[in-house]
Amino acid sequence: MRNRKMAALTTVPYVIWMALFVVIPLVLIVVYAFTSKAGGFTLQNFSAMGDYAKVFARSLWLALAATVICLIIGYPVAYALSKMGPSFQRTAIMLLMLPMWINFLLRTYAWMSLLENTGLINTFFDNIGLFDLINKIALSLASDPSAYQPIDHFQMINTQGAVILGMVYNYLPFMIMPIYSVIVKIDRSMIEAAQDLGADSVTVFRKVIFPLSLPGVLSGITMVFVPSVSTFILSKLLGGGMNMLLGDLIELQFMGGAYNPYVGSAISLVMMIIVMICMTVMNRFGDGEDQAVML
Amino acid sequence: MKKNIVLLAVLLAAMLFTACSSEPQEVVNVYNWGEYIDESIFDDFEEQTGIKVNYNVYESNEQLYTVLNGGGVSYDVIIPSDYMISRMIEEDMLEKINFDNVPNIAKIDPAYLNLEFDPAQEYSVPYSWGVVGIIYNTKVVNEPVDSWSIIFDEKYSGQILQFDNSRDAMATALFYLGYPVNTTDKAQLEEAYQLLVSQKPILQGYVMDQIFDKLEGGEAAIGVYYAGDALTMMEVNPDLAFCVPKEGSNFFVDAMCIPKGAENKENAEAFINFMCETEITIKNMEFTGYATPSAEAYEQLDEEVKNNTIIFPEKDLIENCQTYTNLPEDILELYNDYWTKLKS
Repeated sequence: MRNRKMAALTTVPYVIWMALFVVIPLVLIVVYAFTSKAGGFTLQNFSAMGDYAKVFARSLWLALAATVICLIIGYPVAYALSKMGPSFQRTAIMLLMLPMWINFLLRTYAWMSLLENTGLINTFFDNIGLFDLINKIALSLASDPSAYQPIDHFQMINTQGAVILGMVYNYLPFMIMPIYSVIVKIDRSMIEAAQDLGADSVTVFRKVIFPLSLPGVLSGITMVFVPSVSTFILSKLLGGGMNMLLGDLIELQFMGGAYNPYVGSAISLVMMIIVMICMTVMNRFGDGEDQAVML
Repeated sequence: MKKNIVLLAVLLAAMLFTACSSEPQEVVNVYNWGEYIDESIFDDFEEQTGIKVNYNVYESNEQLYTVLNGGGVSYDVIIPSDYMISRMIEEDMLEKINFDNVPNIAKIDPAYLNLEFDPAQEYSVPYSWGVVGIIYNTKVVNEPVDSWSIIFDEKYSGQILQFDNSRDAMATALFYLGYPVNTTDKAQLEEAYQLLVSQKPILQGYVMDQIFDKLEGGEAAIGVYYAGDALTMMEVNPDLAFCVPKEGSNFFVDAMCIPKGAENKENAEAFINFMCETEITIKNMEFTGYATPSAEAYEQLDEEVKNNTIIFPEKDLIENCQTYTNLPEDILELYNDYWTKLKS
């Protein structure tokens, strides 16, 4: 009894922290979202939301694409990792986390100099003669050779693809880690039981391992999707500022020419609701696996 | 063991209290743009006056406005640009400066005093000034550049960088169209916006300080930016050149101000006065690359610097330029709408 009291007491700092820096700001966002510039209650901040439909759609679409790619890449990695020897696992996990020791912005700047038209990748292709080769082939195939425009680079930076790449690169470990930690904890005897009952390896994976790893998949999806949908610096650095995302739109309300924290809060609120709906649907889809943590 | 911990805690607490009870140090809290002051000046100032400088930086006028508006901060000296100063004056966010404590204002060239943003010269002391212009790579651009038309020229598709903020970006279009840069005529603004929409497909991107890397490294060939920074880029990449377009451009003045409720107003005035000392002004200018408004400091500059037309453009060129003024609320909102639509 005494122990439990002590245990509860140790959570006090965390509770205070969360209340101060999560709950109160959330309440403020809700209050601001329904406040007019003059200070009264209003719904006007939401009426302009239709204008931003394109930004909402693009953000959700890019985040979804990044999440799917992370899942496709991350799941096999997590699965294969769980099959390896323990010392290999430890090393591999450390290597996975290693890029995170470098500042997020720096990593993104590194991608900029890789992807630029005069960047490392294009320079490399140019030096091995890839563009000359492509130009020659294309020229010989072209029906009107005089109209053919020779290429000297692949356009990689300042595209939506570059933004998705940035999301996948930065958030992939958040997909691998939860899936991996769930798979390694799967009881071996379950798999053995399935094998004893005559299941081949495909069936074992499909009927036992995959369903049991779903909680990990769901947390992975949450941990990739939520930061992706609200990112704002990636579209600026890798997308050339040409494709505004929700994060940019919200930042603009606070730091842009028209200081409007009310509309900014309204957009944030709508974004949070959309993300929560997405997550609820996901969790339903995962057959009510309540282990999957929301945030 | 437990005793030791208690002892340690008591000691720590005692140290805290002694720290608090020691002689109160005179301070001045300065809030400025990044890379916009020679920080060794703070030591000079402390040596001379005994006042310690606490220094912090912001990225844009709008960020400064947001931070001050949010409250909970106490700065004594800020250095906003012209249009933001007029907005802050209008919204009663600045203290009047007691010029008895800032006699060095006499050193400032009258050409930079009593400007539109502070007509009675009550709230601000000019810090530096400059113009916006086009920076281009002479290896790619073989024609003479003298007009805004080049940043709308399809020939350079994929090579052009535009400002990533609504005010400066709209201004490039308004200058090109020949409209006043502070226009509140919605038809003119609509036309400028449409021009930016048609420009978007030929742009490489909307950037702010990323422009340094992109132009220095040859990734882009044409960009629009501020003269002081153009100079920095040209030092790195000698192929770059700078031009102030013939249609006119933005002439900006950044000035030191004291925000309402400053806790150390007299220290702030001492600091502002110190920044106008001639040697300090020159030392600072060498660091920032931006032109000084001090007539006395200008006289003492090297001929080479004085004749550098990027730092000090010719008089008739400046006369052709316009300063930003604060726009009315509905026009600011229109800017915001256009900007969101343009970028989304």
